[in-house]
Amino acid sequence: MSRIAARFAALRREGRAGLIPFVEACDPDRATTEALLAGLPGAGADLIEIGMPFTDPMADGPTVQRAGQRGLKGGATLGVTLDIVRGFRRNDDATPIVLMGYYNPILSYGVEPFCDDASAAGVDGLIVVDLPPEEAEELAVPAGRTRLDLIRLVAPTTHAERLKAVLQGASGFVYYVSITGITGTRTATEEHLREAIPRVRAATDLPVAVGFGVRTPEHAAAVARHADAAVVASALIDTMAANLDEAGRLKPGTIDTVLDQVRALAAGVRGARVGRAA
Amino acid sequence: MNKPLPNSLRTGPDERGHFGIFGGRYVAETLMPLILEVERAYQDARRDPAFDAEFHRLLTHYVGRPSPLWFAERLTAHLGGAQVWFKRDELNHTGAHKINNCIGQILLARRMGKTRIIAETGAGQHGVATATVCALFGLPCTIYMGATDVARQSPNVFRMKLLGAEVKPVTSGSATLKDAMNEALRDWVANVADTYYLIGTVAGPHPYPAMVRDFQSVIGTEARAQLDAAVGRLPDVCVAAIGGGSNAIGLFHPFLDDASVRLVGVEAAGHGLDSGQHAASLSRGRPGVLHGNRTYLLQDEHGQILEAHSISAGLDYPGVGPEHSWLHELGRVEYVAVTDAEALEAFRLCTRTEGIIPALEPAHALAQVTKMAPAMDKDAIILMNLCGRGDKDIFTVAEALGVKL
Repeated sequence: MSRIAARFAALRREGRAGLIPFVEACDPDRATTEALLAGLPGAGADLIEIGMPFTDPMADGPTVQRAGQRGLKGGATLGVTLDIVRGFRRNDDATPIVLMGYYNPILSYGVEPFCDDASAAGVDGLIVVDLPPEEAEELAVPAGRTRLDLIRLVAPTTHAERLKAVLQGASGFVYYVSITGITGTRTATEEHLREAIPRVRAATDLPVAVGFGVRTPEHAAAVARHADAAVVASALIDTMAANLDEAGRLKPGTIDTVLDQVRALAAGVRGARVGRAA
Repeated sequence: MNKPLPNSLRTGPDERGHFGIFGGRYVAETLMPLILEVERAYQDARRDPAFDAEFHRLLTHYVGRPSPLWFAERLTAHLGGAQVWFKRDELNHTGAHKINNCIGQILLARRMGKTRIIAETGAGQHGVATATVCALFGLPCTIYMGATDVARQSPNVFRMKLLGAEVKPVTSGSATLKDAMNEALRDWVANVADTYYLIGTVAGPHPYPAMVRDFQSVIGTEARAQLDAAVGRLPDVCVAAIGGGSNAIGLFHPFLDDASVRLVGVEAAGHGLDSGQHAASLSRGRPGVLHGNRTYLLQDEHGQILEAHSISAGLDYPGVGPEHSWLHELGRVEYVAVTDAEALEAFRLCTRTEGIIPALEPAHALAQVTKMAPAMDKDAIILMNLCGRGDKDIFTVAEALGVKL
């Protein structure tokens, strides 16, 4: 069983949803990312998403855009990102790692070698924002061969007829983009989730994670009442961005602040007490 | 390159928007249903004679088409070789070819019931053309423009505002055209229900590259008939500048299947192809994915997009339309590059010999013409797309020439 499947199975047994914090690689430097990753599982992260910076992130709001620019300045490449994952895996063989980014850097690296190297480094899944199912075959084939889950995105605009096609051959989990908008801007209402998540569930047996606009423990709890996991990105990045010194380095103590924030989000998710117990 | 060519090069793209391996629809899932809706609406409009009639009525009576075909006699004598003919798209309403596409797309947006228009602009010509058609039809519009371009194209910014558009300077990334396009896509994702994205060039996700080409093909279709009427034959060479590539594909497309016609696309070499400061994605880039399509891009070894440079804001884009990438790999169109300095020289030459102040974009095409014409026979014909007028560029040119206005 893959790490992703094992983790969602464990969450189901515990009768709760999971928390997926997002970290942009090398924001603002590699050491920060490594320290954060090392601390996340202990702070309550059930899965971890690592952002692969790109110069032109068209689905991201200003917070993640700036994190990407800091990441690139901090030396992020796909090679460095995979190296960071390799380091994380030396101490943690259970927490699933999903890489999220845009297609061009992967194309540039080479789709086949990237899948080989990512899988060997201990990556479990890929989310490629600008690769809809219509164009995904080129990546889906080598990802399948190397046992990487290619996580499919579903949006509020994905109508019923399209939903089936989007989820055809999906694996790992389904990522529900809960708003029509870019990351870190609006927040979906619980009413929306109550209506939307069952619609997705009706089309798949895979776990459903919800992202875009989940900022507080209360939002995370609301998501956890309806979905299987909550993804939190911009709220954590905002904390980092607010704690940079004039040279762009992270101020001392900030990693602990972010991990405390993750603990609070995890408490929100765990306190929601819903679940679809097995 | 120079593989055997298909029977016709004018039938692309395929049903999923691919020109060979190029093109396609590389967008976030949130946008995908919209893109498909635009495609359906466009296919439907193409089959509707009333749509075509309205498009041509507006081109004739509002834009002022057909634009003239002009034999540049003094320039021809100066160059001492092939006859140079200009397709005068700078005489269109708003001063460039951009309006052709805007007329087509605003009719489509209305047909789709959209009530708000967004667009990106580089030099500001597409922004002005979009603001113009929005004023004509009473629709609110928001134009995204890189902060760098806002500074160097201030007359066009003022024009857009006069026309009632909201101009939003974009400061993210490198603050030029590519970032304006990112920002327009972000706006669209957030306003999917009521908003239509009026893309200005033959880039973006399918169906935009094909749709914009179809609307711009009026340029080549007219020029072909006009030249036939004037001299009774096809041109030997067609030359056009390439940024995203909409004026070039508009001129080339009706000639793609005429093997005797050489087609030459002129990219911006900026400070030189080896200077690292240019916008020549076909000459110096490699294939990748940006802004919804697969095409040649300026990128570093890690697949990060590089900033383009050109003295012409309209050519300052690190990508190129996917159909051009396909035609490049097939070898049907030759892609060359011209520097800032060469374009400036051609700008001055055109002004003095023909009394036409060209935009810096077609000045690149003209610089290529000045390289080719002298070595050609006097009865050979070069057809060049004079796709925009240079009023917008006089400040940039003055600065480059060290003149204080």
